[in-house]
Amino acid sequence: MSDRLRRVVSAIPLHMIIIGITLVWSLPSVGLLVGSFRPKNDVFSTGWWTVFQHPFDFTQFQLDNYIHVLTAEGMGRAFLNSLTIAIPSTIIPITVAAFAAYAFAWMDFPGRQVLFVVVVGLLVIPLQMTLIPLLRVYNRLGLSGAFLGIWLAHTGYGLPFAVYLLRNFIGTLPKDLLESAFLDGASHLTAFTRLVLPLSVPAIASLAIFQFLWVWNDLLVALIYLGGTEEVAPLTLKLSALVQSMGQDWHLLTAAAFVSMALPLVLFFSLQRYFVQGLLAGSVKG
Amino acid sequence: MVPLSTYIGQILTMLLAILVGVGGIVALYVVMDLLIRLLPDKAQQRIRPWVYLGPLLFILTFYLVYPTLNTVYLSFLDKHSERFVGLDNYIFTVTNPAMRVAFRNNLLWLVLLTTFSVGLGLIIAVLANRVRYETVAKSIIFLPLAISFVGASVIWRFVYAFKPAEVPQIGLLNATLVSLLGAEPVGWLVNKATNNFALIAVGVWLQTGFCMVVLSAAIKSIPTEIIEAARVDGANGWQIFWRVIVPMISSTIAVVATTVIINALKAFDIVFVLTNGNRGTEVLANRMYKEMFHFRDFGRASAIAVILLLAIIPVMAANIRRFQEQEAIR
Repeated sequence: MSDRLRRVVSAIPLHMIIIGITLVWSLPSVGLLVGSFRPKNDVFSTGWWTVFQHPFDFTQFQLDNYIHVLTAEGMGRAFLNSLTIAIPSTIIPITVAAFAAYAFAWMDFPGRQVLFVVVVGLLVIPLQMTLIPLLRVYNRLGLSGAFLGIWLAHTGYGLPFAVYLLRNFIGTLPKDLLESAFLDGASHLTAFTRLVLPLSVPAIASLAIFQFLWVWNDLLVALIYLGGTEEVAPLTLKLSALVQSMGQDWHLLTAAAFVSMALPLVLFFSLQRYFVQGLLAGSVKG
Repeated sequence: MVPLSTYIGQILTMLLAILVGVGGIVALYVVMDLLIRLLPDKAQQRIRPWVYLGPLLFILTFYLVYPTLNTVYLSFLDKHSERFVGLDNYIFTVTNPAMRVAFRNNLLWLVLLTTFSVGLGLIIAVLANRVRYETVAKSIIFLPLAISFVGASVIWRFVYAFKPAEVPQIGLLNATLVSLLGAEPVGWLVNKATNNFALIAVGVWLQTGFCMVVLSAAIKSIPTEIIEAARVDGANGWQIFWRVIVPMISSTIAVVATTVIINALKAFDIVFVLTNGNRGTEVLANRMYKEMFHFRDFGRASAIAVILLLAIIPVMAANIRRFQEQEAIR
């Protein structure tokens, strides 16, 4: 046997293991996707894999499930609610964190180090610790069931990590650059918006994707502060309610689940690099 | 069908809400900065840092510091937060049978989720490093990370779907069981012998990609000369893995493991959606939710939250310290 052939043969177990694992990892999602396009009766009577017996018979697929969940079950509205929640819940904490990170990195004031350590220390608090007191305050202020309330809640939960990440990044920008800007008469606000922000785009992009997905995929925070308010419910809340109310209607559940994943999947495929960086950095978020 | 016009109305409302929310926060800083420019130079210097930090400190105090202290205080009060009851809520959490189940399950989550996610992540990272389609294989395993826990729960609920033995199975797992092994179908999520493992498997499916990506980056940063040197000295693949690769990335393994441990301690969504903690699958976070909204016992709910905090603090502290060490090396 030639060396080359031996190497190919000895690599077969390796390929089998990797392909086997990727199959196990992808089949559940494939099943969901296929199931979501099949008519109700088919989904109930046969497994989704039976469609591959006639792979080119496109009459076995239809869009009725999607039309039904988007309109009658309110997933369309929930999609818009998720956007309305997630966009400000990403931009507000990043803005607040960026100004604070700039102050921590480039301004002199008493207690700078101590304050930064305290902010990072807040990472240890699981959000369960905050639910009861905040819900009570929200009920008194009329903020539960309102977009403003959940924006600010996600801002609060996201800030320690955002400040930590941005401070570390902004702190590494070259000192000379900022000093020469100040010599040219730039104010702090100008230096921040014209110099620091543009240079921090990679860090901000990673952070933004991480925070956006965190909010988009969140169930607990929405459940506590928006629970029971149909008009503002995001996708995750709506989907978990559908599981309770129509647990065996697989044709609808699969379509609804896929609606809730569509945007994260688009982000994943288009921005994979930032996505990975954001997740790597996000490993310390509480 | 809902008429399109309602959507247009809703989209406009959404855009307005986003504009107000986002514009509001930016305007806040710009206006404050312009306002302090009216002050003399010296005063500006002293005040400006606090203007930039003000919103941060206000939000953190309101959303994290005050509620945490308040929750600790509430955990010593009765269910309506009126009467001081000493340690009663904590005694309840360690004596109540349902709570014991929750503690046992969180421990199960912690051990199994961490072992399998980190173990599989490490194995895949090492193996995929040796094939040409590495990127594709890793993307597939990484993909679930983009999906919500709720979405993942629905995906797996479909995999676990159960039908009586007489009719064709529509769930992938039972169909495999029945057709390949000729066994009886199993109600994975209702059977007490399997349900906890079925839930944890969803967690493993979600988290392995994270472990794999982080560990893979660490493995790639090992200089190839070291691996080559070991090979020249006659080490086989197995020895290289255990004696060279694992020791060299041990601090990364620790970071990954602590992250997964924290997620195991806080496990909520999967349990809430798939079983709601019934039939022996309760976990602490779900139990806390029940105490809050079903039993309206804010004292006990607060005590559970404090226990979660106490369990997480040491793990998180270690995690942050290790993370900073890694940043310093980078």
